This record gives sequence, structure tokens and C-alpha cells, in this order.
Amino acid sequence: MDKIKITNISKIFGPQPALALQLLNQGLGKEEIFNQTGQAVGLANISFEVQEGEIMVVMGLSGSGKSTLLRCLNRLIDPSQGQVFIDGVDITTLDHEALLALRRQKFGMVFQHFALFPHRNILHNVEYGLEIQGMEVDKRREKARQSLKLVGLEGWEDAMPRQLSGGMQQRVGLARALAVEPDILLMDEAFSALDPLIRGDMQSELLQLQERVRKTIVFITHDLDEALNIGSRVVLMKDGKVVQIGTPEDIISQPADDYVKRFVENVDKSRVLTAHAVMVWPRLLASPQDEPAQVLANMAEENLSSLVVVNADQTLAGIVRMETLTQAIERGDKTLENSIEREVPTVTAKEPLKGLISILATWPLSLPVIDKQRKLLGIVVKGMILSALAKRGNH
Amino acid sequence: MEELSISELPLGNLLSLPLWETVIIFALLVLLSWWAAGRLVAAVTAIGLGVMWMLRFQTFEIEKVPLDEWVEDSLNFLTDHFAFVTKGISKLTDVGIDYVIDGLMYFPPWLVILVFTFLAWRLAGRNVAFLTAVGLVFLWNLHLWKPTMETLTLVLFATFISVSIGVPLGVMAAISNTFYRIVMPILDFMQTMPAFVYLIPAIPFFGLGAVSAIFATVVFAVPPSIRFTCLGIKQVPAELIEAADAFGSTQTQKLLKLQLPLAVPTMMAGVNQTIMLALSMVVIAAMIGAGGLGGEVWKAIQRLKSGMGFEAGLAIVILAMILDRITQKIAKGHKV
Ligand SMILES: Nc1ncnc2c1ncn2[C@@H]1O[C@H](COP(=O)(O)OP(=O)(O)OP(=O)(O)O)[C@@H](O)[C@H]1O
Ligand SMILES: [Mg+2]
Repeated sequence: MDKIKITNISKIFGPQPALALQLLNQGLGKEEIFNQTGQAVGLANISFEVQEGEIMVVMGLSGSGKSTLLRCLNRLIDPSQGQVFIDGVDITTLDHEALLALRRQKFGMVFQHFALFPHRNILHNVEYGLEIQGMEVDKRREKARQSLKLVGLEGWEDAMPRQLSGGMQQRVGLARALAVEPDILLMDEAFSALDPLIRGDMQSELLQLQERVRKTIVFITHDLDEALNIGSRVVLMKDGKVVQIGTPEDIISQPADDYVKRFVENVDKSRVLTAHAVMVWPRLLASPQDEPAQVLANMAEENLSSLVVVNADQTLAGIVRMETLTQAIERGDKTLENSIEREVPTVTAKEPLKGLISILATWPLSLPVIDKQRKLLGIVVKGMILSALAKRGNH
Repeated sequence: MEELSISELPLGNLLSLPLWETVIIFALLVLLSWWAAGRLVAAVTAIGLGVMWMLRFQTFEIEKVPLDEWVEDSLNFLTDHFAFVTKGISKLTDVGIDYVIDGLMYFPPWLVILVFTFLAWRLAGRNVAFLTAVGLVFLWNLHLWKPTMETLTLVLFATFISVSIGVPLGVMAAISNTFYRIVMPILDFMQTMPAFVYLIPAIPFFGLGAVSAIFATVVFAVPPSIRFTCLGIKQVPAELIEAADAFGSTQTQKLLKLQLPLAVPTMMAGVNQTIMLALSMVVIAAMIGAGGLGGEVWKAIQRLKSGMGFEAGLAIVILAMILDRITQKIAKGHKV
């Protein structure tokens, strides 16, 4: 079952949402509706699901409705229409009491400007959610300490928020959200206020943390690099609408429209694109039982200096080079067995371009891409990477 | 009762101008009020001017609205039916006040000064403690010890009552917008009305003396307590409120764990203002027999003794300074 499922959510900011909704459902855009009714469309008919354990990144330019969307998930903002299902329960129908209970049990939230309580020390900040749940003092302090340990802030319990750097404050924010052991973490531009280095650190720490705690995370950002770096999937928003939903790779390699393309232009693709996106199936393959002279003739025809050799079950055997083949013919070998170079570098389909580039810097031949069973999936050669980067950079 | 024609009003000249000029001027006035205050006010202006135009040569007898009678009637009604309650409260409070004053006067002044100095030191640091010690010794030397203690007691009573009323009302004003919109104009009214006026109705309810003084003082001094409490709570950043909401806090939890603690410095600034207003009012209240330093000033006025008046006035200034510095320091100390 989907952890979070939203269906056809819209949000109108203004005194007469019904009127604006009517226009919205007739297909009018945000600007037209604003001109006609003076009301702002925050979200327009959004639907998607988030699976358990997934990091769903919502991204878009300022004003595209990201924060509004996030706040609809725990109803800090009530959607004007549509449903939000958490674990299959439609939370738009909950009364106030049930809503408070839901927020206490299921959600942890992290804010752009940290929103730490300035009059409470770090420990008391982190235990806030547990205190609200009514947990007894000793127990909640213990849990708060564990949570601080999780984010690497042991020993700072008695400090006040203003004594901490931005990065540390946001760790406290994260610890405060994690302390209640929520199923779902909502993070609204949680790293946007940090400087780039700290930001990168926090991203990788979040990913490491996620390996251990396995939450469902909805992460807001307006930075594509960040989105592609941490997202299992990405929702791209514009003017309150969803433009594209997909894996980081989908977004990069198949941008849905010009808006997405413009986003994608400036991204560091070598970090996001993987071998999967650039590999090709070789024009020519050899098997260990092939006759060297025949193989050499084929290679000459195709103008190749080396060839990938696969076994009968499609697993990778190795590579043969033109020179070794000539020697084999001189020796009078009947098969390729003695000519195969078996110790060759290989990569999986998930290898990012960055990794491929560094391998290919020292490996002059084609690089086989294999799966877990060593089955050949394709090959990558140097020229392909450059052309992939160049092609997608030119839009 | 007076005979009056609209054309005798300041606007009268305007109304006897030729028709087209009047129309232009009226139109300008309506436009001006539209521009300055919106459609509604413009409409009221237009109607008002129209009515005046139609009535311009008529003569009326305008009766005074008997506001004074209405107020007196309702006060009389209240005193007739409730004075026994308020008189009872008055007796009790009187006893309480006397106890405190007697208590303060029971100990030798140097001991009291020592205690106050110590308190000032703990609450507000060395400098304020020094000011307190020097100031109080000087007052003792001026033979104004007893009236000073009386005034101090009245101020503290009035402040205590004002804060106990003001904080809950301030919280309510911060939470409920409707309540805010009702209360704020009333507070404006209470603060703009000359303070003396409160003394008059206080007497039938509480009799002459200290309790009436405290009543009038509270009416006069409670607004800053309400305003600053409300302000302090409303100033809490929206992001923090949102964080508290995101964790599922109830309204009460939010208030107790977040809004009130963060509002304390602002509330203390309100308490400071309340004390200052109470002090100024307690002096005025000497007119209805509240005694204390105000009484000394009052005596000096009646006997035209300027030296004596100056001494008592200076004593009030010193007391004000001490109270002001102590409460200010407490407010600053709470800054988060
Ligand atoms: N309380 C509000 N009243 C009126 N309009 C609002 C309100 N909150 C948001 N909006 C409008 O809704 C739209 C979406 O706002 P939202 O804050 O969700 O954008 P965002 O994507 O989070 O932007 P940012 O990156 O700047 O945080 C904006 O056009 C904004 O003007
Ligand atoms: Mg936002």
C-alpha cells in the first residue's frame, strides 16, 4: 500500500475558493484565475503516491507551491479540494483531535530556518515532540539523547540554539523530528539556508541516516542538484501543477518539457547520469569457442581493435585484442580460450558517469557493463560519454 | 437648550454659496474622503452633506444629549444594588493594605532598606542596588519614610491586581481576533479619559481612601498589561508556531510551552509601564484620601508650601526610578 497518496489536491488562497476552483477545473491557469478573481492558486489538481521508505523530492522555482503541498500532507494547510491518504486513511476528513493525534504519531517536520525554540536548550528542543505526546520526563530525555547521538550532536544537550552554527542547528531540527520516531519526515528546504559545503555534507548524512532509519521522506528543494542527489523520485512543480514525476535519471534524460529542460541544463550530469543511460549493445560479440582467424576477419571488417567475449549463458568471459589474436593464429589455436584477457574492469548499470570517466581515463578499450550474475548488459566507450554530456548540455 | 440654524455653523458660509459652486465643493469633499478613507466614508460624507444642504435654512432647537444623567442613573443603580459587595471587598482590602503598611513600619527603616537593597541586587544587579540604597536612605532622611511606604504598598497592590487581570485578558486578546477588536478600543478609551474622572465613581463603591485609589489606579494602569501581553504573544514568529503545530501541540500546550515563555520580556515591559502608571495615579488619588507621598504633595498645595511640595515630588521621582530600573532589568534579563 502507498504510504502517502494524494489525489487531485488543489489549494486556493482567498475568500471564495469555490469560484476559483470552478475556473481551475475548467482548465484556466493560475494567472488567469488571479486576474479574474484576485485569488491565488497554490496547488492545482495534484496527484501522486509515495512508497514506504522512499525519498520523494518535490522541486520547483519559488512560488511553485512546494511548501503549500508539503503542508497539505499534515494539514498545516487545509487543501481546498482533493484527498490526502496516509496509510490508506483519508486525513482530510479527520476532526481536530484526530488530526493532532496523527501529527504526533506519524509526522516529523524539519524547517528551512530551523525553527528551534530559542528559550529551550538543545535537549529540551529535541524532546519537544515527546513532551507533547505526554511521555514521562526520564523516558523522553533518554530518547532525545539517542536522537541527538543519531545526528552526531552528543555533548551539546545543554547549549542554547543561538550558540550553534547553522549546520548544527539543522541537525538539532532533524533530531527533534526523528525523536518522535515518525513514519514520515517532512523537510521543507531543510538544507537551503546552509552554505554549499555543509549542505553537501548534510545531504550525504541524510542518505546514510536513511539507510538506518528507513523513513518515508518528502523533501522540498528548489535546487535540482540536491533533488537528483538525494531523491529516489522527483516531483517537478510549476505554478502549482506537477510538470514531471520520475527518477532523477528520467528527469535528466527525458525532460518532459522546456521548463524541465531549462532546469536540467545547468545540472552536473556526470553525477546523475549512469552507465545505463550511455551504454550500447556491441555491434559484434565473440564466444570462447570461436575460431581466431574468423574473429580477426570480422573485426577487420567492422574496424575494431578489440572485442568483448561472452559465454553461452551471456555472462562476460573477457576481452580479446587484435594483437593477441594474431599471435594465437601464429600458434595455431583452434579457439579463443587462450587469448581471452579475463581481468578486465567492469561496472554495473548504476555506475554514475563520474565513475566511468575515471575508469576510462586508464582503460583504452570498451568497458563492459554487467549485472549481478556477470551477464553482459552493454558496453561503454569513451566517446559515448563525451557525446552524451555534450548532447544534453546543448538544449 | 439653544436656538441654532445650520447656516450658523462653521460650514454655514459654504451652504449659502450659489448652487453650482456648492455642488463642486461637495463633490470635491466626497472625492477627498473617498481617496482618504474609502467608499463607505465617502457615502456617509455625501449623505451628510446632502442632508445639511436640504436643512440649510431651517432653525432647530437642539437638546443636549443627557449623557451625564444616563451615566449617573446607571451608576446609582449599580451602587444601590452592588455597593454592599464592593464595600465588603473594600473593608477586606483595607485591612490587607494596613497590615502590609504596619508590617513595613514595624521594622526599623534601616532594616527595610537593607532588605530592599538585597532584593534589588539579586533581581537587577549592583548598580540598581546602589541606587536603591542611596535613594531610600535619602527619603528616610527627608522624614518621608512612612508616606513612601504607603505609596509603595498602594503601587504594589495596584500593580499586582492589574497584572492578574491584564495577563489573562491579554492572552485572550492574542488568541481571539473578535475579542481583540472589542478590547482594544475600550483600552484606548480607558487610557484617554482623564484619570481624575475614575476617582468620582470609585467613592460610592469603595468609600474614601486607599481602596478607591487602588480601584481608580487599576482602571488606569491595566491597559499596558493587556496590550503588552497580547503583543508579546503575537510577536512569536509564525515559523515557531508552525513547528509547534507540526508536532501536534494543542492550543494550551502552545501557549504554555512556547508563546508565554517567549512573551515574558515584552510582558515585563508591560509590567514596568503598569507600575509607572500606577505610581502616577496613586499620587493623583491622594485627592480622595489615599495618603502617601501624594498626600504630602496635596498638603503642600493646599498650604502653598513649595519646599515641602518639592521634597515630596522628588521622593516620588526617586521611588519611580528605583521601581523602573528594577523591572527593566528583570525584563532584559529574560531576553531570549
Ligand atoms: N497564506 C497565503 N496567502 C495567499 N497566497 C499564498 C499563501 N501562501 C502561499 N501563497 C501563494 O501560493 C503560491 C505557492 O506558495 P508556496 O509558499 O507553496 O511556494 P514555494 O514553492 O514553497 O516557494 P518558495 O520556494 O519561495 O518557498 C505562491 O504563489 C504564493 O503567493
Ligand atoms: Mg517554500
